Amino acid sequence: MANSYYDPADLRKFGKITEWSEEIGNKFFDYYGKVFEEGALSAREKSLIALAVAHVVKCPYCIDAYTKDGLQRGITKEEMMEAVHAGAAIESGATLVHGVQMMNKYNKLSM
Amino acid sequence: MEQSILPEIKKAAKKSLKARDGELASINKQMEILNGGIFADGELPYFKDKIAEIGHHPLRPNKLEILQINVGYMCNQVCEHCHVDAGPDRKEIMTRETMELCLEVIRNTGAHTLDLTGGAPEMNPNFRWFVEEAAKAGIKDFIVRSNLTIIRANKKYYDLPEFFKKHNVHVVSSMPHYTRGKTDKQRGDGVFDKSIKALQELNAVGYGMPNSDLRLDLVYNPSGAFLPGDQMAMERDFKKALDEDFGIQFHNLFAITNLPISRFLDYLIASDNYEDYMYALVEAYNPAAVANVMCTNTISVSWDGWLYDCDFNQMLDLKVASKVKHIKDYNEDLLNDRNIVISQHCYGCTAGAGSSCQGTVA
Repeated sequence: MANSYYDPADLRKFGKITEWSEEIGNKFFDYYGKVFEEGALSAREKSLIALAVAHVVKCPYCIDAYTKDGLQRGITKEEMMEAVHAGAAIESGATLVHGVQMMNKYNKLSM
Repeated sequence: MEQSILPEIKKAAKKSLKARDGELASINKQMEILNGGIFADGELPYFKDKIAEIGHHPLRPNKLEILQINVGYMCNQVCEHCHVDAGPDRKEIMTRETMELCLEVIRNTGAHTLDLTGGAPEMNPNFRWFVEEAAKAGIKDFIVRSNLTIIRANKKYYDLPEFFKKHNVHVVSSMPHYTRGKTDKQRGDGVFDKSIKALQELNAVGYGMPNSDLRLDLVYNPSGAFLPGDQMAMERDFKKALDEDFGIQFHNLFAITNLPISRFLDYLIASDNYEDYMYALVEAYNPAAVANVMCTNTISVSWDGWLYDCDFNQMLDLKVASKVKHIKDYNEDLLNDRNIVISQHCYGCTAGAGSSCQGTVA
């Protein structure tokens, strides 16, 4: 066993999850592949969304994968960083909007 | 890649591997890497086993279509990824005598495309004479692979666009990205601005314009340890950006995969990307690309007249497996009856949509 929770080499083995549960594993990869095809959004736009979400869910494998994917698509580092900020802004906004709950509770409990 | 990992490569980027006596200037060392490690361990399959699965081993040529002549390794640039290890310090230059031998072959070949490459082919002192003579042979498609900056490198090259036009040369030029930062990082400071200026000059004499017979195609190859994306999507992005920002027109974009040899292999190893890159190449292996890899329709000639299956094999000194090994003994029928020499670098040409000097193949 590896002595750390995350090993970059494990990303290559992602496909192996189907070995222990073939049907739903394959369904997932079919779905995944379909999602990232060109559609109403371009594959390029979806790659940037994936990169932003990868940061929000703090998945190191996804960050590696979608940084590389972006490079392959010719996406610039400025575009990538803006996408990360978009994700970070929503995430911090999600925290801060709870401040309203805090304010409500504070006001309710205070005389 | 972290910025701090490669200081010695960055510093050395003004010299060829050969000039700085780099370990990978040794071809044996490169072959040892390509045949050993993850392939010898059985972690990844050898290329020959992979193509044997679809009945393509030994790999055999189809009809010869392209004669690719490397007129010398001298170049005004020292690109980080260069598989030729070209640069201003390289002195291997094709002589007029060897060019005469090539002309004899050009006049008699069944190939419809002549493809001149280098280094910067224009730096060969006999380049113009050779182009004039070769143009007379009436070959259908006459390509010169120009790095663009050469056109702006020195006054004596300023008239190259007119010269190309006069001989109806098909210009194929490298352009790693449509942004300054990425281009200069791979090819050196100032390369982007000079390339833009050169493209505008080519456009000014009619090259690359819609419906123009003066063909101007661009070559994109990734500036790092990753594979090229979809060629059509990249072409769309390049066309939009170059037109909007600089009013530049061109015909097609060829997306070419960097093969793990020479300076690019050196970079992969120094940046600890070699294994991941080989995994990516093998994972992207596309059996449909095998039948049309460029070695099946191309013969590559080196500056000193030796014959190879491709320009990459030339750099690894893997000469054709044929009785005919030199341009002086050229015999197309004998040459076509050969097995193509392969190794693990060949995965670079079969990844994804495939890769060749004319772009994707699958």
